[in-house]
Amino acid sequence: MKLAYWMYAGPAHIGTLRVASSFKNVHAIMHAPLGDDYFNVMRSMLERERDFTPVTASIVDRHVLARGSQEKVVDNITRKDKEERPDLIVLTPTCTSSILQEDLQNFVDRASTTSNSDVILADVNHYRVNELQAADRTLEQVVRYYLEKARRQGTLDQSLTKEPSANIIGIFTLGFHNQHDCRELKRLLQDLNIKVNKVIPEGGSVTDLQSLPKAWFNLVPYREIGLMTAIYLEKNFGMPYVSITPMGIVDTAECIRQIQKHVNNLLPNKKVDYEPYIDQQTRFVSQAAWFSRSIDCQNLTGKKAVVFGDATHAASITRILAREMGIRVSCTGTYCKHDTEWFKEQVQGFCDEILITDDHTEVGDMIARIEPSAIFGTQMERHIGKRLDIPCGVISSPVHIQNFPLGYRPFLGYEGTNQIADLIYNSFTLGMEDHLLEIFGGHDTKEVITKSLSTDTDLTWNYESQLELNKIPGFVRGKIKRNTEKFARQNNITTITVEIMYAAKEALSA
Amino acid sequence: MSNKISETLTFECETGNYHTFCPISCVAWLYQKIEDSFFLVVGTKTCGYFLQNALGVMIFAEPRYAMAELEEGDISAQLNDYKELKRLCLQIKKDRNPSVIIWIGTCTTEIIKMDLEGMAPKLENELGIPIVVARANGLDYAFTQGEDTVLAAMAHRCPEQNILLDNKKVIQQDSAIQDFFSFLSLEKKEETTNKSLINLKKHAPLVLFGSLPSTVASQLSSELKRQSVQVSGWLPAQRYTDLPSLGDQVYVCGVNPFLSRTATTLMRRRKCKLIGAPFPIGPDGTRAWIEKICSVFNIKTKDLEQREQQIWENLKDYLDLVRGKSVFFMGDNLLEISLARFLIRCGMIVYEIGIPYLDKRYQAAELLFLQNTCKSMGIPMPRIVEKPDNYNQIQRMRELQPDLAITGMAHANPLEARGINTKWSVEFTFAQIHGFTNARDVLELVTRPLRRNNNLENLGWNDLTKKEKQIKLN
Repeated sequence: MKLAYWMYAGPAHIGTLRVASSFKNVHAIMHAPLGDDYFNVMRSMLERERDFTPVTASIVDRHVLARGSQEKVVDNITRKDKEERPDLIVLTPTCTSSILQEDLQNFVDRASTTSNSDVILADVNHYRVNELQAADRTLEQVVRYYLEKARRQGTLDQSLTKEPSANIIGIFTLGFHNQHDCRELKRLLQDLNIKVNKVIPEGGSVTDLQSLPKAWFNLVPYREIGLMTAIYLEKNFGMPYVSITPMGIVDTAECIRQIQKHVNNLLPNKKVDYEPYIDQQTRFVSQAAWFSRSIDCQNLTGKKAVVFGDATHAASITRILAREMGIRVSCTGTYCKHDTEWFKEQVQGFCDEILITDDHTEVGDMIARIEPSAIFGTQMERHIGKRLDIPCGVISSPVHIQNFPLGYRPFLGYEGTNQIADLIYNSFTLGMEDHLLEIFGGHDTKEVITKSLSTDTDLTWNYESQLELNKIPGFVRGKIKRNTEKFARQNNITTITVEIMYAAKEALSA
Repeated sequence: MSNKISETLTFECETGNYHTFCPISCVAWLYQKIEDSFFLVVGTKTCGYFLQNALGVMIFAEPRYAMAELEEGDISAQLNDYKELKRLCLQIKKDRNPSVIIWIGTCTTEIIKMDLEGMAPKLENELGIPIVVARANGLDYAFTQGEDTVLAAMAHRCPEQNILLDNKKVIQQDSAIQDFFSFLSLEKKEETTNKSLINLKKHAPLVLFGSLPSTVASQLSSELKRQSVQVSGWLPAQRYTDLPSLGDQVYVCGVNPFLSRTATTLMRRRKCKLIGAPFPIGPDGTRAWIEKICSVFNIKTKDLEQREQQIWENLKDYLDLVRGKSVFFMGDNLLEISLARFLIRCGMIVYEIGIPYLDKRYQAAELLFLQNTCKSMGIPMPRIVEKPDNYNQIQRMRELQPDLAITGMAHANPLEARGINTKWSVEFTFAQIHGFTNARDVLELVTRPLRRNNNLENLGWNDLTKKEKQIKLN
């Protein structure tokens, strides 16, 4: 048992559901007790999704506990098949169902004989993998299922597209700025004259998955999801993949060079050369390279920063800070404990120390000890920063609704470098401003002492009403106080009691 | 969908495939209510993830609740439950020093049959802190029923009251509790003790059960005081150490419709007398609630009708907005019957009342009140659907096209995109909706989508789904 207040990565089934509901026309059925369908709330609220989230639960209740699910799961699968006619139904076990040890595979086998949809059982162990690992695994499982199916049916077309093309693997729902990143990657590939063959899982159709091998190579922008799929495709179809995250100027260039290598390997005669493009973009399209030369950025030299997040974002941001902006990264870390070695290798030489943990109190203690000028982390670090009065830029999930912006905010590609530069710079200047304010004793504005109608008050609040007033949350207390006094004055009351407070609320509909 | 006018209430039961919050969410409001408590949820990452996401900002305010996260070793019994819980509780005692630790049992502890009730007394002795066990799991309960399990467990911990043996002492104890709740000042103590003595002669002690924000609790207490009914205590009290005394002389009355287990426990185990009344939601409900309590104590109410009338007057602007509009309750928090009854009284038409679980005995007075309200307003009886099926409900809603759907967050945005106004049902759980004073707050919530959409109506983009999807779903 572990005493836990907060966690960075969710339980495994969340990862599976994120992948399943990213595909078009795929329905997930959770084998779960009532209330475990909280995923639907998150998707509907955070992504502001207009359509019903294609996730339902086959409820595990007392009866299931006593007698087993029996026909329930099969019935729910066939029912969903009739109602929504999905291409694929993914039966998703949860932590509860995995200790019940029912033979879910058997239900899947039975249901697939009667339903038109394909049915698979998500193959994840709840007590061993987290949300991100499960997502990676499920994506690979779905891709494998459809490619093997196509191979069996002889419909697999392995011929490459005429023009250079790529699959983008790993864009999915509730991913940190994934939608914007996807658009930016498409634009980048278009600039390089590379066609986008498929984007999976977001918006992809499972029936199209068999055309994945037609691409010349795969692009896996994030470390956390898509790698397993890319490795599977490489092993079985000889497809090369690029897994350098194009985040920051240096890494974007590096990613493009890798792409060039793979494209040239397959181009018969005329070789492509992307170097002029990289140079043009770096020096004139992206503002980040110029920005880090500008005098503003000089002020950031040697400032201390702390970075924490998922492996992809924490590693990339660390390198951007250290290599591209000359900021001293005192500590960098990730909660992706399963990817420790890769992470350490990536940030080696770019930071003073490395912290690998999924305990937010450890991160908090580290930040308190280092006292950096800015933090780049998740929502949790933002709150730690608030408490310690250190500004924080959010660079990685877990995130809140404000990190699903409507405006265009990619982290990847050349536009991404601009966004990141803004984010970093704004975090630091805010910090500096704060500091100066402290030295010079605050803004030169007179504090608005009162908006109250009563300057010299002839009203007395009796003991109980004062107690009551103090119980009202601070941010509305002033308003309640004013309204009550206004009411008392109108009614020629001089002593305010609890009853008067309620009467005022009723009368003024506060 | 036929929309027959039926004379009696009809009850249906569907598949139970509906969205609601897990009952462990009750820790969110209970830890704030019971100031000296600590809630330990014994469950998995799934439970923790739900709490952390559902409670959003609160998690960063150093809450007095935590997960005892079960790991593989706990599930396979390689680790000793007792030792593990002891280790965690010792740490909690050291860090927070609460007056009570409440263990919330979850689905997982049910399935692996972890004997929380058996371990608690032993550990309680070793630790010197009371440990209360509540099984608020998704296998058995929905959302607000979590509070019900906690309060039922807590009812066992209330001190025994024995009026016949030591009259004076009890009265003092009572007035101490009374002081706490009505926030009476020290100077006035003498006077109030006398007052409560007089009043107590009039009627037996009354304990109200149900967790309400302290302002709402004192509002209700003072409403009763106007009718010279003294509330001798609340379950739960502001602090665990102030739990009210119970006994066979004590009358109890619920303030929320989801507290049927607590009511049963109070009656059967603590021998209290239950006052079955409609719930004090809306001015009509509040008046009926007070009247019922007064009638039990043989007290004639005074100025109650005027008071209700005056509240209705205050609501006039909102009533104009809602009159004639239709509502569909998808059902997820058990407040639905009372809210529907209030909204019908406001002149709305209710098509369907979805509800997770309906205890017809505990809600009897409320159901009768609903029926009478329908009759007096000349409005067809709504269908009451227990354990609803969200998919079927959405089909019905498509036909009925209600003016407002009261629904969970999972369906709100998709329904809005299809041109149906929605209100999140959870807001009714967290907002102050009880008593005369807060009637306006209920309508404030109900009318918000209507008011918002009045502003947007003429822009011509009410349906915001893609056409292909639209065809497919129809």
